[in-house]
Amino acid sequence: MKFIDEYRDEAAAKLIATKIADIITKPHTIMEICGGQTHTIVKYGLEQLLPKEITIVHGPGCPVCVTPVESIDKAVEIASYDNVIFTSFGDMLRVPGSKKDLLSLRADGKDIRIVYSPLDAVNLAKENPEKKIVFFAVGFETTAPANAMSVKLAKKLNLKNYSILTSQVLVPPAMELLLSSPSTKINGFLAAGHVCTVMGYHEYIPIAEKYKVPIVVTGFEPIDILQGIYLAVKQLEENRFDVENQYARAVVKDGNIPAQQLLKDVFKVVDKQWRGIGKIALSGLALNDFYADYDAENIFDLQVSSFEENSLCIAGDILQGNKKPFDCAAFGKTCNPEHPVGAPMVSSEGACAAYFRYAKV
Amino acid sequence: MSDDILEKLSCPVPFSNYEKVLMAHGGGGTLSQKLISKMFLTQFQNPYLNLLHDGAILENAGNKIAFSTDSYVINPIFFPGGNIGELAINGTVNDLSMCGAKPLYLSLGFIIEEGLLMDELWRIVQSIKNAADIAGVQIVTGDTKVVEKGKGDKIFINTSGIGFIPDGRNITPLNCKAGDKIILSGKIAQHGMAIMAVREGLNFESEIVSDTAPLNHLVEEMFSVSNRINVLRDPTRGGISSTLNEIAQSANLGIMIEENKIPISAQVSAACEIIGLDPLYIANEGKLIAIVSSDDAENIIDKMRTSKYGIDAVIIGEVTEENKGKVVMKTMLGTKRIVDMLSGEQLPRIC
Repeated sequence: MKFIDEYRDEAAAKLIATKIADIITKPHTIMEICGGQTHTIVKYGLEQLLPKEITIVHGPGCPVCVTPVESIDKAVEIASYDNVIFTSFGDMLRVPGSKKDLLSLRADGKDIRIVYSPLDAVNLAKENPEKKIVFFAVGFETTAPANAMSVKLAKKLNLKNYSILTSQVLVPPAMELLLSSPSTKINGFLAAGHVCTVMGYHEYIPIAEKYKVPIVVTGFEPIDILQGIYLAVKQLEENRFDVENQYARAVVKDGNIPAQQLLKDVFKVVDKQWRGIGKIALSGLALNDFYADYDAENIFDLQVSSFEENSLCIAGDILQGNKKPFDCAAFGKTCNPEHPVGAPMVSSEGACAAYFRYAKV
Repeated sequence: MSDDILEKLSCPVPFSNYEKVLMAHGGGGTLSQKLISKMFLTQFQNPYLNLLHDGAILENAGNKIAFSTDSYVINPIFFPGGNIGELAINGTVNDLSMCGAKPLYLSLGFIIEEGLLMDELWRIVQSIKNAADIAGVQIVTGDTKVVEKGKGDKIFINTSGIGFIPDGRNITPLNCKAGDKIILSGKIAQHGMAIMAVREGLNFESEIVSDTAPLNHLVEEMFSVSNRINVLRDPTRGGISSTLNEIAQSANLGIMIEENKIPISAQVSAACEIIGLDPLYIANEGKLIAIVSSDDAENIIDKMRTSKYGIDAVIIGEVTEENKGKVVMKTMLGTKRIVDMLSGEQLPRIC
């Protein structure tokens, strides 16, 4: 497959790994913030190719994992209504709320459907005027434009029965929070490639300068990640802290301007709760007042109380890159993909789930 | 209460973390396994069932007979490459074949939802006849029920079958040993992706077609070369990953496979990439996995490649002493990782 096979080539991987080993002279800790990158690193065993001086840590890059339990509870409450068709991407269905998950609710007979695009949910709204269609709008900047488009389209079509339940998060504030922590061990970042196809990477320049860390915009295939690591290590060895673009085949500096305009038209930036981390200022998106009628939280009277995480769970430390899944006493025992205790075990892209599935041999 | 009665008391419902049955309990992965082992096996225990093979191997007057059953509930009932009818015949023929048996006689049970078009039923029946002729089996008994509209899903089919196992064949994971080679008969994930493409309304320029096929003739070709075939399994729900994990656990040995060796067509691979699914976990309907003595592996492969349903046969790995009960894969980059059992349903990833 074009743009896939070349980026999974064994010889290329070994060549880059050798180049990294050639230039490295001291330990470096590099964080990636993207569930897709976590998945690739663990699935292809990339750490087995890297010199021992490199430590890869996984940041809070899985939108499923950082969705607050209260959001799941709201989704469950909405989906419980008989006249609702609740739509979502696949992996959200398995996330347990404080009492239930959407998959079990579906087994109870509620109308919960997996869609591949929020525009499919808008079509459902057109085809089922007597029902309320709600789309679970979860994700980073990558998924936000399509979700915004769905709302814009619904308003244009004058649909009164479509709404979104939003849990959208933004990457740069999370990066700042991690870097500003006094205990941070992070020396460099691999920035999430698909977030950057939307937003570009100009937002990272002040972060790189302020915290003196190299940030490399990186793709998702094994060769992308190895190249990203190489570029980060090269900067670290040369005491530079620039923003570089490894994922040039999909990312330009200014990003996708029309997509960004769409976000400005439809959303406003708000403070946001991140599961396992806490509240991060101005780190989320919510529908602005012009689209308030499409916000499921305004349409449904939701009675959801706040949730306390299981004390066994060290998700906060894992999502901030301070610990690895193997460091957790519950990992693989009380906490596993079928019975996840905390956020990073829930989605297949969470660090704990990825380690459980592909754990080092 | 007397001690006798106290001893006989047992909880009527085996311990389960799930109040209700989920789709994942039928998915072929971990939850399916648990339902079978905790609820069914504990109640129906006997030496035949305990092996949990595709079919039961029974003995009668010195003859070994294989007996198997399977139900077909697929939606859509018509898909590229076939329909539920031929799936029902090939599925049970293959389960018998995986016991080393020559399939002979099948039963056929229909549960039809009121309102199914007679024309569609006729097409299914024709496909059943065709599939049975190709496989060389006869349908010797049957049953038909019709349920009210809304109480079924167009049509459900059950087929059960019996076949005779010639002497000298002993298919059991317990016979596996380290060094045995693992053969895969052809390209993976065809059936599952053909269904997925129809369900999700994905139109690929070159259509993905189900690989439903009878494997009994292929299996006979393999046995004509060697009897040292220890395991035969057809990797249906849960894909090759689930099948290999089950074998590794039953044999209490490790399995090592090589990602580069696993055959997959470019279209299926691309479709999996687009939807975000891992082909190792996707259903196959006309493929088999065989674990054979390493001495005979090359000759068996050569013979398979002369057969219609084995032209892409390849050795994908071997049985190992290390990593007992697990499946390890050497990735295309030369690194190693676990190939885990499917947990729940495979859900397409967000991004």
